This record gives sequence, structure tokens and C-alpha cells, in this order.
Amino acid sequence: MTTAAAILDDRGLARGLARSQRRIKLRAIALTLPLLLFLLATFVGPIGALLTKSVIDSDVPRILPRVTAALQNWDGRSLPPEPAWIALADDVRAARAEGNLASAATRLNYDVTGYRSLLFTTGRRLPDKIEGSARDAFLEIDPKWGELETWGALRRAAGPVTDFYLLAALDLRRDASGHIAPEKDDEVVFRSILGRTLWISGMVTLICLLMGYPTAWFLAQQTGRKAAILLFLVLLPFWTSLLVRTVAWVVLLQREGVVNDALLTAGLIVEPLKMIFNRFAVYVAMVHVLLPFMILPLYSVMKSIPPSYLRAAASLGAPPLVAWLRVYVPQTLPGVGAGCLMVFIQALGYYVTPALVGGADDQMISYFVAFYASKTINWGMAAALALILLATTMALYTVYQRLIGLDRMRLG
Amino acid sequence: MQRRLLRTLFTAAAMAGLALTAQARDLTVVSWGGAYQDAQREVYFKPYMASGNKMAEESWDGGVGTLRAKLQGGNNNWDVVQVESEELLLGCEEGLFEKLDWTKLGGKDKYLSDAVNDCGVGAIVYSFVLSYDGDKIKGDAPKSWSDFWNTQKWPGKRALRKGPKTTLEIALMADGVAPQDVYKTLGTPAGVDRAFAKLDQLKANLIWWEKGSQPPQLLASGEAAMVDAYNGRIAAANDKDKKNFKIVWTNNLYTIDSWVIMKGSPNKADAEKYLVFVNDPNNQKNLPPKIPYGVTTKASTGLIDKNVLPNLATAPENMKSAVYINDKFWLENLDKLNQRFNAWVAK
Repeated sequence: MTTAAAILDDRGLARGLARSQRRIKLRAIALTLPLLLFLLATFVGPIGALLTKSVIDSDVPRILPRVTAALQNWDGRSLPPEPAWIALADDVRAARAEGNLASAATRLNYDVTGYRSLLFTTGRRLPDKIEGSARDAFLEIDPKWGELETWGALRRAAGPVTDFYLLAALDLRRDASGHIAPEKDDEVVFRSILGRTLWISGMVTLICLLMGYPTAWFLAQQTGRKAAILLFLVLLPFWTSLLVRTVAWVVLLQREGVVNDALLTAGLIVEPLKMIFNRFAVYVAMVHVLLPFMILPLYSVMKSIPPSYLRAAASLGAPPLVAWLRVYVPQTLPGVGAGCLMVFIQALGYYVTPALVGGADDQMISYFVAFYASKTINWGMAAALALILLATTMALYTVYQRLIGLDRMRLG
Repeated sequence: MQRRLLRTLFTAAAMAGLALTAQARDLTVVSWGGAYQDAQREVYFKPYMASGNKMAEESWDGGVGTLRAKLQGGNNNWDVVQVESEELLLGCEEGLFEKLDWTKLGGKDKYLSDAVNDCGVGAIVYSFVLSYDGDKIKGDAPKSWSDFWNTQKWPGKRALRKGPKTTLEIALMADGVAPQDVYKTLGTPAGVDRAFAKLDQLKANLIWWEKGSQPPQLLASGEAAMVDAYNGRIAAANDKDKKNFKIVWTNNLYTIDSWVIMKGSPNKADAEKYLVFVNDPNNQKNLPPKIPYGVTTKASTGLIDKNVLPNLATAPENMKSAVYINDKFWLENLDKLNQRFNAWVAK
């Protein structure tokens, strides 16, 4: 009996424990709830909604519903049958009356140049009632209606989802029969831009590491007031806007700028050096902006390494360099890992700095996201490029985590 | 009790008044704001109101989407809007604008031929021109787009507007294509190849600008030896910053901003009256001295201050070899040529 009572008691205890723990958990969740909701509402939601634009294709099926339906079972090898032509005529007439033909025309023009005017001229010339064959009426208006590519584009845009933008962001396209094919040679652009983005980010990370490591090491050796002042100097750039710092480089590096003037006056050069609107300026400005993100984690890791380790190595007979390389450096690796990751991932998304100090062939992928979002108002392309940048970042992050391990990283 | 009644009556009267003003809204004219609208206010708006008319002004940043939204939203409160040539083309096609009655506007012959459109009447004319710093290039000066390519004779960087529009036209003319054949050539794949091949020759010396304020800065800082630029910006730099920038008008590329009347405007009659007023050569002639844009009536050219006229795209001398930027062509081809241009720049 006693054991049964004990078990019962135990159960009661376990239940009580679980209940109280649940309460603690709930309280913890309740405390983080505002932040979670904030992140959902301002970050996950909008970004997610934007990224879906890269695969959603609703303009053409919404504005030209009949012909979209009629083309569903079309094989793409010969011109579609008569009902599709009649459906197209009805759709174009209805869209013109609604005044929304333009959105459909814009979408189709992304795919096939000339589609916009083709649709509008067709709309203008289309009789209210077609006598005889609709197909002949269309071919009379414009022989382009006799091309498979014209109808292929219409079917490719039939939605509700599309891979058109994502393929285009990888320099690929679908032909009239639906097979994936490479983009024409002189329109291939995005793969090399992605490569360039990775290359510039990698170089910036490397330069930051080479410059940041000795700086952090020097900082870690200092104590008291001196350390505080030096650390303040490292943090100082954070107090100025990114834009101001970038534009300052334009003033410094331009042809008749401060640096060129100084070098000319000192007699070191005879011709002004080209230092702005090229890769050099991009590296300089990006390293300047990102260097603190390398120094800070390194500094905090180095600060926590007891100097006694190096002394112990020396007492065991290691020469200073060997002791430094084999005892000190390995202990700083978590800081190196964290600094490199922070700098690299931030560099991947850089837009303002290369746009202001770089030349045309120094622009990174986010420049093209902005180009499509704000210049040509092609949200599909902007979202597709953003998705590819995000996917690349995630992939690299995963690889990095496998190689180094997040638990081995110290963010300071 | 009496107080409450009074208040109710007052509120009702105020609401009725509001409803009245909502119905009988004054003519609303929308333009580009900034220094330009300041000039328009002096030259057009104030004199128009002084002659006993009512109007209100607003400004906008362009974009056919804005106009679409105005009409689709159902409470459009704009009557006359100044639009760029591309918006004119798109909006007219989509039925966003009223068709103009040209007999009321004095007949099509009164205007420069490119200023006449079914839905719009030209307001100002401005150009992309070749420009250089007269203090740096002295003596033998560049005279044409082919000189723009001659980096042997005139060393230094060249700045063009980033993007295919205007750049490809300039490349073709530098390669010897006659101005009237530019768009015919550019309409063929071989013509596009030819333009890019010409750009290849200059690629190492090219830098790109994106904002109209940049070309004068690039000239001033010595970053570029020659640029293509909006003529108004060059004139402003000479005027305000006392620069000595020279303009080469040969084969300049010009475009026109137009006035349109929004579809279904309740003030259509007033809008027409306003358009008649701003298209009076005697009123138009006052705009260029305030801001160096050309105006669109043929008769105004003879009335404009002789010191100002040479700075305008509409001066007969400057019009002679000019090319009208063909928006129809660009509307069709911009998507593909943007892609090709970006690919070319990236190589």
C-alpha cells in the first residue's frame, strides 16, 4: 500500500513539476512574444511575401482567362486550334474595356520583345465581331500571331506559378516546347554577377582578417585607459552614417581629391592615380565599413586568453613564434570564425557602397535587385535575384557551420 | 438647447460647404515641382489666375502607375498633368487621358511636330548633349559624337548615362549612322551588335552616371573629360557655379514633356482654357529665361531673348541635326536591351 501511495505521490509530484515547468515555459514564451511578433510582422512576413513574387504569375491568367484556359492542353508544336483564337479575341476585347491590358502586355514583353505593341495593335484593330476564321483575322492583323514563340510566351505566363523569373536569374529560359535552355550568349549576366558578389565578399573578408587580426591582438595587449581609448577609436565609425563614410571616400579618392593631391605634391606620382569608380575603391570602402565587425569578436576572444598559457609554453621550451602559432592562434580561431562569417555575410548584401564608389563592373547582386525593383518595376526579377542571394547565403552558412561549427564561434 | 441647435445647424452648413467644394473643385494642375515648377508658377500659374481664373497646383514624381491608381481609385482630383513622353505614350494607349481637340489649341501646325500627340501637347523640350570643360579642353575642341570616341586626341574618361537608352543611339551616330536612320538600324539585331561593338572600343574609358546632377560634377572634378548630359544641367552649372562647360549640339538627343488632361476630368473646359493660355507664344517665351528648357510653339522661338535662345534645344541651329528619342522603340525593346546592356557592362 505504501509503495502504491508513493507512486501516486510521485505521479502527483511529476505532474506538479510538469505543471510548474509548463508555467515557466509559458511565461518565457509570453516574454519573448512581443519580439517574436515584431520579427514576424516586420521581417519574416514582408520578406516572405516579397520572395513569393518570384514564382507567382497571376497577371496573364487574371486578365486573359479564356485563352489561358484554352491553351492548357496545347502541345506547343503547331499553332493552337480555333477556340483558342476566339478566346484570345474575347479576352483582348474584355481587357481593353476594363483598361488592364497593360499589365498583361508588360508581363509578356519581359519574355518576347514586341509583345506589348502586338497586343495593343491587335486590340485596336480587332473587329467587334469576327466574320469567318478568328485565326485568319489575327494573322491579318499581325503575322507574329503565326509564330509558335508568341503562343509559347502566352502559355509560359499562364500561371498560377512560374519558374520564368528564377530561370532568368540563373541565365536560363524555356523554349516554346517547354524545355529548359541556356539564355542567349549576349544576354547571360547573372551567374557571373553572383560569382563576382562571392569573390568581392571573400576578398573583403580576407583583407579584414589580415588587417583586423594584428589590430585586435594589439588592442588585447593594452590595459586601462589606453585600451579604452583605442577601443573607442575602433567603434567610432559606427557613430557616422554608412552613407557619409562612403561619400567621404569619393572625396578622398577622386581624381582631384585629397589623396591624389597629396601624392602629387609629394612628388610621388606625376599623373593622378585612378582610385575611384573601380574595384580598388570598392575594397577600400567596404573594408573600412566592415573592419569593426572583424576586430570586435577577435578582441573579445583574445582578451579571454590567459597570458599564462604563453608563459607556460615558453617555460616548456617553445620559442616565441612557435608558442604564438601553436598555443595562441588556435585559441583565437572561434573569434576568427565569427568575424569572418559576420563580415562575409554582410558583404554579400552590400549595395550602397559599390553603387557609389564602384564602376559598372563592380556592382554586386543587390544592385540588380534594386535595379529591377525601383527602375524597371519588375518585381518578379527582383524577388528571384533576392531569393538566389538568400539561398546562396544560407548554403554557405550551412557549409560553414559544418566545417567550423557554430558552437566554436564566439561573437564577443 | 438653443446652443445645441445652433451647433447642429453650423455643422450641417459646414458639411454642405465641404460637399460643395468637393463637387466644384478648382482646376488642378500637376507638374514636376522644384525649380521647374517655381518657374512655371511665375510664368504660367500666376498670370493665368491674374486674368480671372481659378486653379490649384500640385506636384508629382512621375510614373504611369500613379496615374493609373488615380483613375482606378475613382476619386481622381487631378485635371491637367505634365508627363514625360513615355507616360504620355502608355497612358494614351491605356485610355488614361482625354483626347485633345486640336482646333481649340490653335491647330497642329502651331506646334513643333513632335509636340503634337492625340492625348498631349508638348510643354518643354530638352536634350542630351555632348559637353566638356572649356577650361580644360582649349583650342581644337570636340565637335561630334565620333570625337567623343577619339581618346587619342582628347585623352580622359567619358561618362554616359547608365542604361541602353540614349547610349546605343550615341554609339551608332559615333559609328557614322545618319541621325534619321538611328532607330531603323537599332531595330535590327545587326544594328544592336554594331552599337555594342562601337561601345567596346570605348569601354576601357567609360564611366557611367545615373542622376542628372552627376555629369557636371564629373566634369568639374576632372573625373571625366567629356560627358553626355541634360542641357539644362550644364547651363545651370555655368550660370550658378560660374563654370565654363561647353555644349556640342551636333546630333543631340531631345525629348518632350507634355501636358495631358486626365480622363473624365470634371474641369475639362477649364483645362482646355488653361492649355490655350500656356500655349500662347507670348506666355511661353517667358519660361526659357527662367529655366533653360525650350518651348513648343513655333512662333515662340522668334520671341525668346536672343541671349537665352542658343542654350535651348529648340533653337533652330540646335534642332538641325537633333534626334527625337523614340519612346515607342524603347517601350518595346527596353527589357531585352537592358538585359543585353547589363550583360555587356558586366563582361
